[in-house]
Amino acid sequence: MGQIKYQLPPEEILSPGHFACPGCGGTLTMRYVLKALGRKTVVVIPACCWSVIDGPVPYSAAGVPVFHTAFEAAASTASGIKAGLEMQGDHETTVVAIAGDGGTFDIGFQALSGAAERNEDFIYVCYDNEAYMNTGIQRSSATPFGAWTTTTPTDSPKAEKKKDIVQVLAAHHIPYLATASVAYPDDMIAKIQKAKEIRGLRFVHVFSPCPPGWKFEPEDSIKISRMAIESRVFPLLEIYDGNDYRLTHEPAGSPVRDYLKMQGRFRHLKEADIDVIQKNVDEEWEGLKGKLAYSMKVHKSNNSVRSQDKEVSLAKAQSRKGIKRNVR
Amino acid sequence: MGMNDTNDLRKKNGLMHPSVDKVLVIEGTHAASHAVRLAKVQVIAAYPITPQTGVVEKLSEIVSHRELNAKFIKVESEHSAMACCIGASISGARAFTATSSQGLALMHELLHWAAGSRLPIVMVNVNRAMAPPWSIYVDHNDSLSQRDTGWIQFYAESNQEVLDTVLQAYKIAETVSLPIMINLDAFVLSHTSEPVAIPKQEVVDEFLPERKALFKVDPAEPHAFGALIGPEAYMEMRYKLFQAMEDAREVIRRVDSEYSEKFGRSYGGLVEEYCMEDAEIVLMTSATAVSTARIAVDELRSLGFPVGLMKVRAFRPFPVDEIRELAQRVHKIGVMDRNISFGATGMIYQETKAVLYNASVRPKLFGFIAGLGGRDITPETIKDIYSYLLNHDAPESETIWVGLKSGQEVRPEGGNASSAAFGQNENV
Repeated sequence: MGQIKYQLPPEEILSPGHFACPGCGGTLTMRYVLKALGRKTVVVIPACCWSVIDGPVPYSAAGVPVFHTAFEAAASTASGIKAGLEMQGDHETTVVAIAGDGGTFDIGFQALSGAAERNEDFIYVCYDNEAYMNTGIQRSSATPFGAWTTTTPTDSPKAEKKKDIVQVLAAHHIPYLATASVAYPDDMIAKIQKAKEIRGLRFVHVFSPCPPGWKFEPEDSIKISRMAIESRVFPLLEIYDGNDYRLTHEPAGSPVRDYLKMQGRFRHLKEADIDVIQKNVDEEWEGLKGKLAYSMKVHKSNNSVRSQDKEVSLAKAQSRKGIKRNVR
Repeated sequence: MGMNDTNDLRKKNGLMHPSVDKVLVIEGTHAASHAVRLAKVQVIAAYPITPQTGVVEKLSEIVSHRELNAKFIKVESEHSAMACCIGASISGARAFTATSSQGLALMHELLHWAAGSRLPIVMVNVNRAMAPPWSIYVDHNDSLSQRDTGWIQFYAESNQEVLDTVLQAYKIAETVSLPIMINLDAFVLSHTSEPVAIPKQEVVDEFLPERKALFKVDPAEPHAFGALIGPEAYMEMRYKLFQAMEDAREVIRRVDSEYSEKFGRSYGGLVEEYCMEDAEIVLMTSATAVSTARIAVDELRSLGFPVGLMKVRAFRPFPVDEIRELAQRVHKIGVMDRNISFGATGMIYQETKAVLYNASVRPKLFGFIAGLGGRDITPETIKDIYSYLLNHDAPESETIWVGLKSGQEVRPEGGNASSAAFGQNENV
């Protein structure tokens, strides 16, 4: 207990004094993303909690340049910044869009899909807190089945499943896609660092707990994140080129009930509802296992990270773009 | 027309100026594309829409033939086109897009974003009527509906003016840190070929050096742009934007005369006058209708009528000083709008009225609506308007619709209604 077993890049680029709530997953996401990418980074933020967290004019907590853009324009604005930097001879600076689930799954999806199809050269990080938290906890298409939000009250909680953004993005054949959790910072930082070395559109989906929105105590943020991963609600994956799946952490398979019971947003659920959710999680896990097995067979590799990952992905990205790019 | 006449005309249109590299007979959309090439734009982002497509097709060719070293992002919507331009511009690069009508409307939110971010983006908008019902033909409601977004707006009369104004626009935009929209009439310019002088690259380079961004996203000097701001400072930022637009008036005039020195062509800055010496009755209008009006004016002048013409080239900033000065010289001003603000009047008329309210001299003002949705504006249309101005001491209604058909006359084809038909409302 209490022992940190991993080494993180020591430099803190994100300053204290930001405007986040205690226990905010989105803030830890930014902290780890910046640790992984370093200072030669430009951040694009659409409307989301981070529009507030970074601080009001003239303050900025991020420690790197931040461009605030319109709600639905994270991916398109990032595309333009990268193109502009390249045209001025800057091939080094990493451009990263950091958006919430609303700006990614819903209103910003068209721009993201367009950028993914064009394989634009930037990293897109979605910190997914499963609802419109900045506006006061309204349902988004990332809100899970059965959850309470202010627009899905307890007598009619969300009746639809969460949109499977990972599969949707995988279908765009982007060179690198990963899921990550603030409870596993070493895994997350390794993925962001790997993403940094790949060219093309890289998408990192971060499970990002929200104490006021999910109704739990801030000190339980990491614990809840861990339970989401261990219960297979949110598996930690990598997908190369949209078809080569890797599991980066083998989940324990703990009961989904334990995860749900910790959060006020699921308090109204009946045992039968919880059984339905467990069944959904089991089915999706089986589906994922199938994809992992298929990847192992087709790509003749094991689940450990390949040393050739970068090169393979780059070659594919280049051939798809039809342009020979300078790889640094 | 004899050889000497042709040469005179070429000289008059600046086609024989030493700055000219070659003269091409090209459509308005291609004139815009050549200007983008000459301006050495670094990032282009655009989405196709009729009748703008010629701009992006020609630019695709120019970029793929490496006549221009630029990234051309072929986005999935106009909203993303403007967002890409915003991103490129805040990175310090020179950015361009082109659109029309519905596409411009889709960009609306980001037009505010571009101006509020003080980014010198240049956009060509091919003026096309707003749907429904679907129309691909010219009127100006699309761009004039964007008048409060903080963009400078120009309206071009010829394909040459399109090219020249795009080059002027980058210089103006990068001086005052405001985005600029150059409007050209659908089909009348976009799909009509005219001789266009293509200037030499080295002369353009002298006139328009590389952009030096006043601020940008730079990891060496990190700042946040567009962050949350409270009531204690938002208003001052808006005042600065307002002031930049005020400053733009003088910059527009200066850049136009500088352009004239280098390239031999001038458009008068915010307005251009035609046959205004001793004119008593003047018509104000914009874009290609001005060319048509020139013909009508020539004819009426030859018959001895004291008529003149004022072309409104810049709608934002609005030519306040020019119009107040004009008011001191003439008895009556007619404004022909190719747009309508429902619940009010034509927009140039509306703004002209507002400008004159506090002026010391206020001639009678007449507001005409003509040419909506591509309805032809012919010399006859304009002569009818002058005739109305000559024969009325005051307008019979607040908006006078020109060439409006009666119910029976509105048919898909033909239906050549009397051009003298004026529709009126009771709101004098």
